Amino acid sequence: MKIGVVTFPGTLDDRDAKRAVRLAGAEPVSLWHADKDLHKVDAVILPGGFSFGDYLRCGAIAAQAPVMETIIDAAYGGLPVLGICNGFQILVEANLLPGGLIRNEHQHFICRDQKLIVENVDTAWTNQFTLGQEITIPLKNGEGGYIAKEETLKELEGEGLIAFRYSEVNPNGSFNNIAGLRNAKGNVVGLMPHPEHAVEPGFGPDTDKAMRSGVDGLNFFSSVINWMVKA
Amino acid sequence: MSIAVDTTKEAENTPDKAQPWNELGLKQEEYDRIKEILDRRPTSAELAMYSVMWSEHCSYKSSKIYLRQFGEKVTPEMTKNLMVGMGENAGVVDIGEGWAVTFKVESHNHPSYIEPFQGAATGVGGIVRDILTMGARPIAVMDQLRFGAVDHPDTARVVNGVVSGISFYGNCLGLPNIGGETVFDKVYQGNPLVNALSVGALRHEDLKLAKASNPGDLVILFGARTGADGIGGVSVLASETFDSEGPSRRPAVQVGDPFAEKVLIECALELYAAQVVAGIQDLGGAGLSCATSELASNGNAGMRVQLKNVLLRDESLTPEEILMSESQERMMAIVPQKDLQAFTDIVTKHEVEFSVMGEVISEPRLYILWGDEEIVNVPPRTVAHDGPVYERPVAYPSWIDALNANSAATLPRANSAEELKKQISAIVSSPNQASKSWITDQYDHYVGGNTALAMPDDSGMVRVSEESGLGVAIATDANGKYCQLDPYQGTQLALAESYRNVAASGASPMAVTNCLNFGSPENPEVMWQFKQSTAGLADGCLELGIPVTGGNVSFYNQTGDVAIYPTPVVGVLGVIDDVARRIPSGWQDEGNNIYLLGITRDELDGSAWAETIHDHLGGKPPLVSLKNEKALAELMLGANLQGLIASAHDLSEGGLAQAIIESSLRFGVGARIWLNEIMERDNVDLTAALFSESTGRMLISVGREDDVKFVGLCEARNIPVLRIGVTDSTKELIIQDVASYTMDELTRTHEGTIPELFG
Repeated sequence: MKIGVVTFPGTLDDRDAKRAVRLAGAEPVSLWHADKDLHKVDAVILPGGFSFGDYLRCGAIAAQAPVMETIIDAAYGGLPVLGICNGFQILVEANLLPGGLIRNEHQHFICRDQKLIVENVDTAWTNQFTLGQEITIPLKNGEGGYIAKEETLKELEGEGLIAFRYSEVNPNGSFNNIAGLRNAKGNVVGLMPHPEHAVEPGFGPDTDKAMRSGVDGLNFFSSVINWMVKA
Repeated sequence: MSIAVDTTKEAENTPDKAQPWNELGLKQEEYDRIKEILDRRPTSAELAMYSVMWSEHCSYKSSKIYLRQFGEKVTPEMTKNLMVGMGENAGVVDIGEGWAVTFKVESHNHPSYIEPFQGAATGVGGIVRDILTMGARPIAVMDQLRFGAVDHPDTARVVNGVVSGISFYGNCLGLPNIGGETVFDKVYQGNPLVNALSVGALRHEDLKLAKASNPGDLVILFGARTGADGIGGVSVLASETFDSEGPSRRPAVQVGDPFAEKVLIECALELYAAQVVAGIQDLGGAGLSCATSELASNGNAGMRVQLKNVLLRDESLTPEEILMSESQERMMAIVPQKDLQAFTDIVTKHEVEFSVMGEVISEPRLYILWGDEEIVNVPPRTVAHDGPVYERPVAYPSWIDALNANSAATLPRANSAEELKKQISAIVSSPNQASKSWITDQYDHYVGGNTALAMPDDSGMVRVSEESGLGVAIATDANGKYCQLDPYQGTQLALAESYRNVAASGASPMAVTNCLNFGSPENPEVMWQFKQSTAGLADGCLELGIPVTGGNVSFYNQTGDVAIYPTPVVGVLGVIDDVARRIPSGWQDEGNNIYLLGITRDELDGSAWAETIHDHLGGKPPLVSLKNEKALAELMLGANLQGLIASAHDLSEGGLAQAIIESSLRFGVGARIWLNEIMERDNVDLTAALFSESTGRMLISVGREDDVKFVGLCEARNIPVLRIGVTDSTKELIIQDVASYTMDELTRTHEGTIPELFG
């Protein structure tokens, strides 16, 4: 099982995403923004960071990169794609997911261990969770406030396209506490928090049991492996 | 457009032409020396180079004679792991398994007052490039901040600007911010301190040095284009005290582009891996003047470069401005001709611009051409390394005896439990002792996936080897108040605290860096403080057996005639075989015993208690015994190897009261604490037991099953140990006969202050 991790100029969490793929038991493959070839990967991760400096709008320039042309086509064809933070912003800019992400309501960058509720488990990236499960995933962003038109929100709610919601604290003013979305097919998922930072005991968020022992993020990566095996 | 340039020929023909050496910060005797070196007057470009390179900031002319002792007061044992010592961009330490780390702190104080956001941002950028220059991948950053009084109208501007600047730049670079310090005091009102630390890791064979030694190699400038930013920033800004009328040189602060720096980092690391770089230097303070002269001087060679080949953002720049520009995100590489194609391929892949400026020559001479005209012809060593050295007058401060005589010991103390609780709450909620999470939550500490510890733990810790878990811990400290009372002892206290913090996290202290922030060296009393401080640090390092690997000096930190407190930031780096064995600072489990290691004396001079309760600073700082600190660190290593320690937190500002509350809040675990045995054994009252800042102490929690072993280990090593409490599941912190707090109350008290002030 090969999972591609795209590096754009300014991408930061690509090495972390590759580590997460490895820990979940798949083989990470580096993909370069200027190379359209997906090198026969079975799934793609758009990792976090500040692609192209996040100048213009977050993710806007990256969404136009050569590699994205292929990824967008493949995503319509069912290729599992996970967008994390900046990757989520890129998916939105690429119109693979609806809405927009704006400056956090409190105007500051925020890094915190964030509780989320899993709202949908019928996707390539969430099928190993249970519906309604509360998980803790690190969140770190300056522009994570999710916005959408009223009718889009209605559709997202009505069609069950919300993948994750913030629990306890809404850290950035996102509408409807939305932390992550899925597309109708369930192959594309995007979220602001960083599952790749909660995959290895000792380096994840704190839990009641021990410091930095949280590994709730691993299920994202085992989900896609499971999805591919079944497919 | 043609610019009338001052050539070397012109300089020979017009020996008596008046030059603005004074405006550029040079002294008459310095200008005379330049003429003597060149045997003619300097051209305006040469004058620009000398003035900026001979500035205090670049030449260390007032501090050099004192910094030498860091290299002299050493034993062979101390330097055996030192791969690169002082004088390079950053020191490099062998940490085993073929790995090395490099770390350094640098100041960006003056720019951060004028333009807090950009000043702080480019401070991060500059130190990260220093680390990158050694061939290392930067793996973490920390910052040491000092701001004015929280209730001063200007403080919020500086705090918000600096924190946002660090957040903006550091987060965008993808470097975890793993710790730091924030202190508020009115002495920093017009002169905040913004120090930034970076650490990087490299394989031994990847070490790079800033030298150009092979004739024929190409001199290549790559990265961002050169613009008008920061021109004269180094010589003019960093060496001038702010007058009371406020800043007037706004454009002199550089502007940072972290995206360009991130791309530059990845590009440089790929160039290193391809082995196409023979020497490398970053462009920071003094820009091209520094890079060209240092590379040539370090390599005992020369250089011939064409200044018109520099890619510009602003075509109207004069040659002097190009030489002095401090545009960020630029580097200079020395590349063998045969590797030019490979070099070009890599930088092109990263879409980084570059230009070949010239080549290395064997003659130890730096020639800079502007088109057909020669505008610089100097021995590079005279620019980069043989600048002036001053032994400035020192004078024992006229005020210090009176300050030392004014002890806090006689200040009124609380005489009821109610009053004590009020004092505890006042201290842990005071701006200096309150939680700084509002600041640190704006920094990414996760990126990289190797952060094993970060604030609020005692030190920041990152994994270096994913295979073995080998990692490094870093802690920094500086207590300006202690240093004002006694700079020698105060500096040793900073060293002792950083050392203790590293030991508390489970790592073995190994090397020291520093950033020495002082007032004007032209003030003999400041120079005395500097002399005492550096002697304290060098003597202390010798006693602890860990070397100083590098550092930075920032003088002229004052407003008008009033200098800041001497603020020597001391950073200690430790090594841990496997970061899985790191020790958290807070209690994690119920039913653990809580031990206090070390002796409590009645030491309240310069304490948080004296400041918060009585607005008092006077007396003598706490005693420091580095022998005891060393014994404590060795005990921690031994006990941690046996897995006996559940948590460890050092005692420092705010004393035991502060340590207990932080330990409790870290994971929200309550406890019952009793003080009577401390009071009896150490013959101190409740105030001293709670608030004394005696050194050599740690708060340890130990699982019941490990009790006997742990106490046995302490006793065998003659470390005073006393059980003072037990953790429980009540979510309540009870200090018997003094106070009790619910966890919610504690959280509000400790964490509410900073967001309320600045949020």
